[in-house]
Formats: sequence, structure tokens, C-alpha cells
Amino acid sequence: MANYVKLVALGVVVLLALIAANYARDLAYMVNALTIALAAAVAFIWVLRNTDEPVLQTDLSGEYMDGVVRYGVIATSLWGVVGFLVGTFIAFQLAFPQLNFEWAEGYLNFGRLRPLHTSAVVFAFGGNALIATSLYVVQRTSAARLWGGNLAWFVFWGYQLFIVLAATGYLLGATQSREYAEPEWYVDWWLTLVWVAYLAVFLGTIVKRRERHIYVANWFYLSFIVTIAMLHIVNNLAIPVSIFGSKSVALFSGVQDAMTQWWYGHNAVGFFLTAGFLGMMYYFVPKQAERPVYSYKLSIIHFWALIFIYIWAGPHHLHYTALPDWASTLGMVFSIVLWMPSWGGMINGLMTLSGAWDKLRTDPVIRMMVISIGFYGMSTFEGPMMSIRAVNSLSHYTDWTIGHVHSGALGWNGMITFGALYFMVPKLWNRERLYSLSMVSWHFWLATIGIILYASSMWVTGIMEGLMWREVDANGFLVNSFADTVAAKFPMYVVRALGGVLYITGALIMCYNLFMTVRRSPAIAPTNSVVPAE
Amino acid sequence: MEHYTLLRQFADSWMLLTLFAFFIGVVLWVMRPGATKTYEEPRNIPFRHEDKPAPRRGNSAKTKEA
Repeated sequence: MANYVKLVALGVVVLLALIAANYARDLAYMVNALTIALAAAVAFIWVLRNTDEPVLQTDLSGEYMDGVVRYGVIATSLWGVVGFLVGTFIAFQLAFPQLNFEWAEGYLNFGRLRPLHTSAVVFAFGGNALIATSLYVVQRTSAARLWGGNLAWFVFWGYQLFIVLAATGYLLGATQSREYAEPEWYVDWWLTLVWVAYLAVFLGTIVKRRERHIYVANWFYLSFIVTIAMLHIVNNLAIPVSIFGSKSVALFSGVQDAMTQWWYGHNAVGFFLTAGFLGMMYYFVPKQAERPVYSYKLSIIHFWALIFIYIWAGPHHLHYTALPDWASTLGMVFSIVLWMPSWGGMINGLMTLSGAWDKLRTDPVIRMMVISIGFYGMSTFEGPMMSIRAVNSLSHYTDWTIGHVHSGALGWNGMITFGALYFMVPKLWNRERLYSLSMVSWHFWLATIGIILYASSMWVTGIMEGLMWREVDANGFLVNSFADTVAAKFPMYVVRALGGVLYITGALIMCYNLFMTVRRSPAIAPTNSVVPAE
Repeated sequence: MEHYTLLRQFADSWMLLTLFAFFIGVVLWVMRPGATKTYEEPRNIPFRHEDKPAPRRGNSAKTKEA
């Protein structure tokens, strides 16, 4: 019976989406409407084929729900490659503007591809990694199967639809022009729905847990889910111009709008890219090191200090603007206080290896995790420093910011995700071990050297550009024009792009290695399911 | 503007105090005597149920208290 209701609903969605496509006022909206119609039609056929079929009543409560995690792992790897590829391409576009092809103007030029890159790596790669690992971790640390049955599948596929809608929208010009919050109003509504389902699955599993205590990794994951929901809704308060068009108008204006955006923007970093990935750290590092976390007390203080302080740090993005001084000072002070929980967390992660440091020599996966924690420490040192008003007057609007973001994103988020993938894949597919450890080593070194090239070239070009902008002659006239700085940056831009090439090469090696692990690695008897997975 | 003044005053006083006290409370609570022993149990959660969920309550001794 439930299937009939689903069929009716999906049929109505297809119809409405086609009507919307017909009345569409702009191309992006039309393509998105057609995508929704297609997705709903595929779901319709899938439900139809399973309707009135005999249902096997098996008790699944004795096994973890890992199918959705496996899909999440695949999606993370694929979106990662796409995101890195676009990033490397736009890095070359900056070095060689000819790559903004005449024939693709308005679709594949830097301005259209940059949000595609940021969203692809943050939301598609990072988001899928967070969803997949959180569903993996919450089951194992709660000793319970995921709550909500197929709701987890809705979360997975719904999130992929969100990514596709956002990405195609960007290329065709639908954007709110808000950093990390570019998707337009209907995509935001859809993500809200998916996110509520995600929260329900996660929280439901915690509620029915069979461990007395909620493990600290789940605290971090939960704070990430809840805070992102809050940030997403507030920053995307907007009125659509027409229900048949992608354009919307933000509810806030002026400095309030800017403050809301950077309250969102910085906490996207704080809760999406930090709290969520710390959840990963607190599970996968102890597992790979085969030792419990160094100090559980410190992890609790780390959690509360991080979430209490991060939420105030946003105004440091708006130094020397219309934002009142007290607000930007507040943001700066809280950013500096953040040093403490960040480094406390880093020490906790690193010290988990105490007594097992020898593993660094033999296990490239733990090496990957350790360097990710190292980059976490480095970028959380650099960030507060850059938030100091005097430093910010030099660094803001320069490539130094870009370098900072990437040492965090490539180093911390990327490396901890790779480590988690290397840990999970053999377990999820019941393999004895990874296909090749030397490939993991190759990946490690390619990625590390890539990040070093990226970060150091951006330091050089950022500081150079900042100094050139403020240089005045004896009469007080500016010495350099903007184009002078652009010309001076060329060699560093090439180095940066090469760093990107190394990083994506490493990621491709990882994909091959994971694929071969599933295909070729010796199988072991399934431990995490009653029936074989395939 | 009246709303702003009111909320601002509240945020600068009682709310600030509440949040600060809560945070200090958490730190003190975590440091309470005997905490190290208490946290030994949750600290090892990742090493317990890697393969399958814990059996239902009553089915075995390995339930919540495990």
C-alpha cells in the first residue's frame, strides 16, 4: 500500500516538474526542473518494479546497514576526483587565461567553474565523506543498526540530487552569490528536507543505541548536523522572484546581510569542515592505531570549547568594512581563543599514537591520518593569526587566504578522508586488506608534496601581492597597478597548478587502489552481515 | 530598535553569564574525582561492536552494561 502512495507522489512530482520546466523563466531553472522530473521518473520506475513483489521478511537487526555506506564511499571517491579536477583546471585558467575558451564563455569560464569547484570539494566530496563515515561510525559506536530503514537511502540519493542540481545550476548561472551557499532557493529547500531526514536517521540511531554512553565522535557529528541545519536555514532566507524562476532576493541587506553570510561562511568551515571531520578523527585514528583515544576528558573539553567558541569567529571575515568595530574585534578575539581547543584536539589526536609511533614507519594509512592532524594544527594556527586585524590588513583579498583554506582542506579534510576510506573499504567489502600498500605510500607522498607546493606558492604570492598593493612612493602615490601584481604572480600560479596535478594524481591512484581492493584483494568471511553483501 | 536594546542587554549580561558558567561547569564536571575511571569505559567503545550490533537486551549478558 505504501508503494501506491509513493507512486502517486512521484507521479505528481514528475508532472509538476515538467509543468515548471515548461513555464521556466531561465535556462538554469528549466534544466533543474527537467533533472528533478528525470530523477522522480527513475524513482517511479524503481518503486513500480518492486510493487506487489513478494517481500522477504528477514530480521536485519542483527547486522549493520552498510549498503548505503558503500555507496557513500564510492560517491566520495568519484566526487573527490571531479572536484579536484575542476580545481586543477581553474588553477591553470588563472595561470593561462586562454583556457577560458571563447566557445564556452558564460559556462566554463573561471567565474562559473569556481563555485562548482568549491561546492564539489566541500559539499560533494566532504559532504559525502561525512554522511558515509557518520553512518558507519554511529552504528558501530552505538552497537545498533541505522534507524529508519530506507530513510538512509533517501538521504544518500537526495543528497546526490542536491549536488547535481547545484552544480548544473552554477554552470547555467543560477547563484545566490553567497560563498558556499550559492545554490538557489528551491535547491536550498530540497537540501533542508534531506538534512532533516539525515538528522532523523542519525539521532534515531543514537536514541536506540545499546551502549550506555554516546561516544565522543557522535557528539561531533551531531553538532555538525544540527549547526549546519541552523546555518543553512538562516543564511538562505530569501524570497523567490517567481516560482518558475531560479532568481531569489535575500531577506537581509547591507551589513546585516554580510554578517549573516560570514557567520554562515565561517561556521561552514567550523562545523562542516572541522567538527564533522573531528568526528572522523576520534573514530578512525584510534581504530587504525589500535589504541583508544589519548584522553577522553580532553576530548569532551575539546568538544564544548570548540562549539562554544567557533560560532563567534565569523566577523573576522569583515575587518575594515561597515561592520562595527566591536563586532569585528569580538570575532578576532574568539578566533584567537580558538587556538586552545584546536591545539588541544590536535594533541589528543596525535598522542593517541603514543606507544605506537613505530606504526608510522610501517603503516602508510596511519601516516596519512597523522599528517592530516598535523595540517589541522597548522591551519588552525594560521587562521587565528590571519584573523588579527593588523595581519588581516595584509592578508585579506590576497592569495594567502586561498593558501590557508587549501592547507586546511587538502591537508586536514582531504587526508583524514583518504585515511578513513582506506580503513573502511576492506571492512565494508569484507576484504582481508588493501590491494596495495605501496600505492597508499605513493598517494601519501604525491598529496603531501602537492599541498606543500600549493601552500608555499600561495604564501609567496599572497604576501607579495599584499605588499605590492600597499606600497606607496615618497609622494604617497601607489607604486603598483593591479595588473602589475597579476603579472608578478604568474610563476607561483603555475607552481600552484602543478601542486594540484600532484594531488589529483594521488587521488586517482587511491581510486584505482580501492577499486582493486574490492575486485582482487583476498576475501574473508563476511563479518558485518548475515547475508553476503552482493 | 527597542527589541535590539532589550536583547542586547540580556545577551551581554545573563546569557553571557549562563553560557560561561555552563562551560566552566562542564570543565569542572569532566575533572571530577573518579572521572578517569568512568571514562575508561566510553573510551573503548570503538573496539567493541565492530562487526555487528549488540544483541537485544536480555538476549545475552552483553547489553548496555557491557
